[in-house]
Amino acid sequence: MRRAELVTAVILSLLSIYIMWKSGQSAWGDGWGESIRYIEGEGPGSGFWPFWLAVGMLGSCIWVIVNWVRKASPPSRSEERFLDNYGIMMLLKVGGGVTAFIGLIHFIGMYGAMTVFLIYYLAFLGRHNWLTTLSIAIGAPIVTFFFFDVAMRIVLPKGYLEPLFLPLYDIFL
Amino acid sequence: MDVLFLLLDGVIACLEPLNLMLIVIGVTVGLFIGAMPGLGSVNGVAILLPATFLVPPTSAMIFLAAIYYGAMYGGAISSITLGIPGASTAVATTFDGRPLALSGRANQALVTAAIASFVGGTFANLLFTGFAPPLASVALSFGPPEIFALMLLAFATFVGLGGDDIPKTIFSICFGLALAAVGFDVISGEPRLIFMDITGFMHGINFLVLAIGVYGIGEMLWTINSTRDDITMTGAEITVRNVMNAAKKSVGAWRGTAIGSGLGFFVGILPAAGATPGSLMAYGVTKMTAKNPEQYGKGSINGVAAPEAANNSASTGAMLPMVTLGIPGSPTTAVLLGGMVIWGLQPGPRLFTDQPDFVWPLVGSFYVSNFIAVLVNLAFIPLFLWMLKMPFTILAPVIFTLSVVGGYAATQDMHDVWLMLIFGLGAFLLRILDYPLAPAGLAIVLGPIAEPTLRQSLLLSDGDPMIFFDRPIAGPITIIALVLIFLPLFKLIFDRIRKKT
Repeated sequence: MRRAELVTAVILSLLSIYIMWKSGQSAWGDGWGESIRYIEGEGPGSGFWPFWLAVGMLGSCIWVIVNWVRKASPPSRSEERFLDNYGIMMLLKVGGGVTAFIGLIHFIGMYGAMTVFLIYYLAFLGRHNWLTTLSIAIGAPIVTFFFFDVAMRIVLPKGYLEPLFLPLYDIFL
Repeated sequence: MDVLFLLLDGVIACLEPLNLMLIVIGVTVGLFIGAMPGLGSVNGVAILLPATFLVPPTSAMIFLAAIYYGAMYGGAISSITLGIPGASTAVATTFDGRPLALSGRANQALVTAAIASFVGGTFANLLFTGFAPPLASVALSFGPPEIFALMLLAFATFVGLGGDDIPKTIFSICFGLALAAVGFDVISGEPRLIFMDITGFMHGINFLVLAIGVYGIGEMLWTINSTRDDITMTGAEITVRNVMNAAKKSVGAWRGTAIGSGLGFFVGILPAAGATPGSLMAYGVTKMTAKNPEQYGKGSINGVAAPEAANNSASTGAMLPMVTLGIPGSPTTAVLLGGMVIWGLQPGPRLFTDQPDFVWPLVGSFYVSNFIAVLVNLAFIPLFLWMLKMPFTILAPVIFTLSVVGGYAATQDMHDVWLMLIFGLGAFLLRILDYPLAPAGLAIVLGPIAEPTLRQSLLLSDGDPMIFFDRPIAGPITIIALVLIFLPLFKLIFDRIRKKT
């Protein structure tokens, strides 16, 4: 936990510096820092607000690091592991599963990816029987289709499975 | 009297078939969400917000408010029968609710919780109806400096009263505000903070992307990681007779109910406080002032009534600054406020004058939802107990799926879905290190209001920050905000001095 606290604070400081630098960049080709200034008659420039927020972020990160050195915050004293074995496996299986789900949307669309994800989670992580698994994995996309595509007209991505949906569009849309 | 007529109109609007149906569904969903450990009102409201694009804004808001209400009732169900709080707002309910259940009086605890919730909610609704219109009419005269000072005050409460690690709280606030600044600058029209020059950032970061990422994906991961032990459930036998008997005995819990109702409302108004500390404080005060404090923690019905009355009262309290000033009093109301912006409503004091057709049905719905919540709660306790037996491995993938679909539906851009995943994973890791995330959620909603008011104020004063101090309303607010920000520092110095003497 102690090491994770420092690493996180350093990463967040770098992020803050990146936002500070990005705030000073002008989309209209002015020199760096022009957008942070007070412009006569226009008030503070477009980068003023995010720049000073990022300064605040950086300041807080430095404060966290100072607390780390002084061992003043609970995570900087904690001997516990940041993530134990269970936590790491959980993150890989569940977090990885959700990541794969979102990645698959680009190829087999929301509905295909949803079905694959639900089968993976219910059958393999949850160890439910196939009846439970399949009824949810098939029921969920059907409900979603009628709710989003049909009722709300929010067309969810279909990926390469688009041709399968053409007859459904003809009937319901 | 005007207020009463407007309120009556509002209540009648809520009784229209569509709205009434949405209230019943919302309350039921809310009860379920509140009862499920790991899910609270904010998760439910954030994940289901995209689903409300189907109905008109007023109905959508009524639906989401009903979820909020139901969740406050629902938290008690699992606190009592499982011994683990269904939502953080019901933590204090476990102190006495669990011992009651273990001694075979789960019925009594559940009924007392429901009745106390109802009384707390009703009391807060009356206060809300009385306070909101005058507060809104005062707020009508506010200019940019006053509004910015109020924003500062809202964030200052997190630093001074939030109780979390201070630099991490400040980081969370600044980060949320910076995320809100991504995209086109509304004043100069210049695109800014286009990270890595990815065009997806051009349309800004929708608050829902952060809200669903943090409260859908991040919170689920957190719950899976932290609840590993098996949970034993205490059943409850609910019959009409049992409920009537228990209801009669609940009169004995009037003291806890009264303290919870009053304290909850005022704690709920503060952005950093809200229902969780409100219910803990109500429990503490009730115990402290009791004649027999040694009974608390062993199964006192006052100990169940106080936090339950307080969390319902606080949820209405949190609505007060949201509706009148445009500053949410809790993470859930922050999501509701974001929803109002999506529906094209301008939050703030003008709502009362410009959108009475929106405000009064919403206020009316508080009363109707409260009434329906207590009925649904008592009638369907057996159903909720049955649903609580549902394994988390079924609920979790369904929530993940809803989050991804909802995240896409909000902006219909895959870029935002990926961003949501990053926020979710980041939120999970940061939460382990005690970074508070509620301030960031509030900040991304308030950012688009805070920044223009700051810049307009500075333009009014030619860049002189004294404008926030020398105006009659903005001045005191800014000073209170600064006092709150430096409160932890004063406390530190005070403690040091006391140690020396």
